[in-house]
Amino acid sequence: MKTTYREAMREALREALKADPRVFLMGEDVGLYGGSYAVSKGLLEEFGPERIRDTPLSELAFVGAGIGAALGGMRPIVEVMTVNFSLLALDQIVNTAALYHHMSGGQFSVPLVIRMATGAGRQIAAQHSHSLENWYAHVPGLKVLAPATVEDARGMLSAALADPDPVVIFEHAQLYNMEGELPQPWSTDITSACVRRKGSAVSLITYGGSLPKTLKAAELLAGEGIDAEVIDLRVLRPLDDATIIASVRKCRRAVLVDEGWRSGSLAAEVMARIVEQAFYDLDAPLARVCSEEVPMPYARHMEEAALPQPEKIVAAAKGLFA
Amino acid sequence: MTIAPPPSGPVPWEREIALAMLRDMLRIRRLEERAAELYGEQKIRGFLHLYIGEEAVAVGALHALAPEDNIVATYREHGHALVRGMPMRTIMAEMYGKREGCSRGRGGSMHLFDAKLRLYGGNAIVGGGLPLAVGLALADKMQGARRVTACFFGEGAMAEGAFHESMNLAALWQVPVLFCCENNLYAMGTALARSESQTDLCVKAASYGVPTLKVDGQDIVAVHEGAKRAQQHVREGKGPFFVEFQTYRYRAHSMFDPDLYRDKQEIEQWKTRGPLHTFSARLKAEGKLTEAQFLALDAEVAKEVEDAVAFAEAGSWEPVEDLARDLYSS
Repeated sequence: MKTTYREAMREALREALKADPRVFLMGEDVGLYGGSYAVSKGLLEEFGPERIRDTPLSELAFVGAGIGAALGGMRPIVEVMTVNFSLLALDQIVNTAALYHHMSGGQFSVPLVIRMATGAGRQIAAQHSHSLENWYAHVPGLKVLAPATVEDARGMLSAALADPDPVVIFEHAQLYNMEGELPQPWSTDITSACVRRKGSAVSLITYGGSLPKTLKAAELLAGEGIDAEVIDLRVLRPLDDATIIASVRKCRRAVLVDEGWRSGSLAAEVMARIVEQAFYDLDAPLARVCSEEVPMPYARHMEEAALPQPEKIVAAAKGLFA
Repeated sequence: MTIAPPPSGPVPWEREIALAMLRDMLRIRRLEERAAELYGEQKIRGFLHLYIGEEAVAVGALHALAPEDNIVATYREHGHALVRGMPMRTIMAEMYGKREGCSRGRGGSMHLFDAKLRLYGGNAIVGGGLPLAVGLALADKMQGARRVTACFFGEGAMAEGAFHESMNLAALWQVPVLFCCENNLYAMGTALARSESQTDLCVKAASYGVPTLKVDGQDIVAVHEGAKRAQQHVREGKGPFFVEFQTYRYRAHSMFDPDLYRDKQEIEQWKTRGPLHTFSARLKAEGKLTEAQFLALDAEVAKEVEDAVAFAEAGSWEPVEDLARDLYSS
C-alpha cells in the first residue's frame, strides 16, 4: 500500500487514540488548525477537543503538563511544533522528564511521547531550521527516535507509547510529503538500526531527513562502481552499536551523514564508537558530511551549500578510496 | 518594611487537632536542627535547604488536604515530606545518601519522592514543579478523579516563565491545582522588591482569573483555615486557586549562604513571629497546653529524631554496580 509519511504518522496517531482512552494529543494548533504540518488534520473532528488539545504558545508548560499527565496515569503525546521551539521546553524535558525515574529511586516513570519536526531545506532561515537531535540524544533517561521512512512513521509511535519512559520522536519536515510503500505488517521496532541498502565497499551511516539523500548518493556511487551500504540509525538513543559495527567491519570504510552541525554532532559520537570498537578493521580514516557550521541562510543556493547533499556524500566516500 | 505583630487570638480547634499541628511543626524544627548539625559533621552533604521558620505553612496546608491528593514540592521540602507521612527515618537516610532513603540515596535532601504518598518531589529547578502540577491535575480532570494537586513553590518562582505559563494553562483548562506560594521574601539573596515589579503576589496571580488569598504564614490557624477554604474551592471543581503564605526563613538559604543580604534586626523581628512559640503560647493561654506537656512532646520528638539518625547511620550504601539502575523503567 502506498502512503505518505504524513498520512502514515496520522494513521499511527489515529490508531493510538482509538486503542487507548488514556492517549491524547496536545500542542500548538494540533486541533482546529489541523496541525502546522497537517499531521493531525481531521483528528479533532474524530476525537474531540479533550483528546486533541490545542495549547497556548507555552512550550515549557505544556511539555511539563505532559510529564505531569503521564505521571497521573495518562499517555500523552505532546507535539512541539518544531525542534527550534523545543528549546523553550528544554528544562522540562532534560531536568524533569529524563531524570524523574532515576532521582526518585525508580519510584516514578514518565510514559510521555514528545513529537517534533526538525531540520532545514525549506528556506525558512536560521531560527526555523535546526537539527538538534544530538542535544536530546546526549541525555540519559530519554529515548530518541528518528523515523525516516513511511514504515517507521507508521510503526514507531505505538512502540513509543508502550514504552514506560519518555521518548522523543524527530520528524524531518522534508519527509512529510515523501511517498512510499507501507509493508504489511509494518515494523514497530524501536531498538535497532537498519540496513536500508546492502553493500560491501563503504558504510554510509545516517538518520532522519538525510536518509533519502544518502540513498541517492549510494545510487550515484553504484554508477561509479562503488557498492555502498546504507545504515539508518533510526534510534538515536540508545545507539545500536552492533548494527553499525557489523557494517563497518564488512565494508572497512565509513562515511557519517548528519544534518547537525559537525562539532559535537551525533556523527562525531558514532565515529568515536567505530574507533573504539572497530579501529583495526578500517582501511581508511572515517569521514563525515555534516551541515556547515553557520546559521542556516535563507537564500536557496546558500542553504543548499550549508546542508549535506548527495554530491558531498559521494565526494566524501570516493575520498576514502584515494 | 513593617512587620506585623505576632499571631495571637483564639485557636478554634479541638485540643487534639491543635496538638497534632504543634507536634508536626516541632518535628520539622527538630529534624532540621539536627540535620544542620549533621551537615557540620559532614554526614549530610550537597545542598541542604532548611525550612526553619516556615513550618506553619507545610503543616497547616497539608493538614487541610486528603490522602488521595497530589503534592508537588520544591527543594526545601523536608517538612512537606514529613507531614505528608514519610517516616523521619526515611528522610534522614535519604539525606545521608543511604539505600534506605526514599529515593535510595539517589536524590538527597532536594529530591524526596514517595509514590505511595503521592509526593511528586522534591523538584530543585525553581518553578519546575508548576507545569508538572498542571499536568497531574489535567490527568485527574480527564479521568474524573476528584483530587487536588497542591503545588508548593517560593515567591522566587513567580519571576519564572514557568509560573506564568502554568497559571495560564491551569486557569484556561480549569484544572484542580492549589497553588501554594511560600513567600519568604527572599529568592536566595534577592529580596522581593528587587525581583518583582509587582510585589503584591496575589495581584499577579489574579491577572490570570484565578481566585487568591493572602495568609499570614506564621500563624498556623490562619494557614490551616485558609488552606481549607482554598482546597474546598479546588475540590469542588471550581478551578485553580492561589494562596500566598507570607512567611520567613530564619536560617540562610542553604548551608553555603553567609546571609549578608538581610538585616539582622529584620531576622530578629520575624523571630518574634515564630510559628512554634507563638502557637504554643496561645495554647497555653487557652489552657490547652502546659509547659510540662510541651517539654514531654519535645522529648518525644527528640527521640524520634535520634532514632532517625541511628537508622541512617546503620543504613547501607547502594553498591556501585547499581549505578545504571533506574535509568530506564524497562
